[in-house]
Amino acid sequence: MLSSILAVITLNKDRVAGGAPIFFCSDQQEQQQIAFLLEKILDGMVHEVTADTLVIVRH
Amino acid sequence: MTRLFKELLASEFLVPLLLGFTFGIMCRIHLLRTDYRQYPTYPHGKIIQVALGVIAAALGSVAIPALLKENYTAVTFLTVAAQQFRDVRNMERTTLTEIDKQELVPRGGPYIEGIALVFEGRNYLVIFCSLVTTLAAVFFHWWGGIIAGIITLLIAKFLMSGKTLSLIVDIEPAEVRVEGKDLYVGDIYIMNVGLEEAQKVIQQHGMGMILSPKDPNAKVTISQPGQRQAILHDVSTQLGVYMDTGEPSLTPLAKRDMATGRLGVFLLPQVKDMEKARAVIGAVPILESVYRKPTKAKQD
Repeated sequence: MLSSILAVITLNKDRVAGGAPIFFCSDQQEQQQIAFLLEKILDGMVHEVTADTLVIVRH
Repeated sequence: MTRLFKELLASEFLVPLLLGFTFGIMCRIHLLRTDYRQYPTYPHGKIIQVALGVIAAALGSVAIPALLKENYTAVTFLTVAAQQFRDVRNMERTTLTEIDKQELVPRGGPYIEGIALVFEGRNYLVIFCSLVTTLAAVFFHWWGGIIAGIITLLIAKFLMSGKTLSLIVDIEPAEVRVEGKDLYVGDIYIMNVGLEEAQKVIQQHGMGMILSPKDPNAKVTISQPGQRQAILHDVSTQLGVYMDTGEPSLTPLAKRDMATGRLGVFLLPQVKDMEKARAVIGAVPILESVYRKPTKAKQD
């Protein structure tokens, strides 16, 4: 099965663009909250790509 | 009616047939265990298996008397039996695959194949048991049949007890380390966990084991993803699992240290007991279809 990125949650607008839905956050707490919510809704796992960017991936 | 009975009792093969039939059924029941895996399920799954066992016993015990009566076509029955029991494997495979889709920690394909294979194999053992018992009863009187029956029961038991992981690996507890986003068991990297909530849960409930292969054969066997999934499934059924649907961050996982062939097993049990976990992993069956012996290669 192919894994796919379902959403991107970032603090840094300049570093992300592209196909998956992108969520911009102002601080890390907000980022974690959105990631937590999206994980439960999408049933995809949260991975940290860089310190300011999280992705939700369904494996 | 009485005449029919008299004729039946006068048949020289009555005792051998009954003995073969009885020992065949005993063999099936003897091999039918419902343990922690709860499979076959009680009672309906068991009824199916016992019923098939009865058919197998009947087929097995009829073969020798049929041959002796020079009824050679009757032996073609056995080919029908083979066909019939191949379907047992299909049936078990289909059922287990369906169940597996809704399992928190799935068994995985190779484990299911292993279970299905065993179900088919046991029916052949029943045929073998009946056949040998009837043969012995025909040639050595009824007590010969009983002795042969008991011996085949023991042989069947021996043939059906598979090997377990404790024979090929050393199991050592290891610390679960969460370093920011990175999750390790001992020195083996497991996965990237981005969610702080999940990191906390893992720190609290996670448990790690390192499986070191005892020889090169074991190294290949435990590297097989199906075998690893079987380990995770068995531990989850026996020690519970701290996860739910919609919590993909909390997934037990086994990763390999490619340099040494060791296996890092990350577990999330309800019961956090190192000794129990060790015993459970040691008792995980080595999957027949996974077991390899590269050291037996001719190139050596």
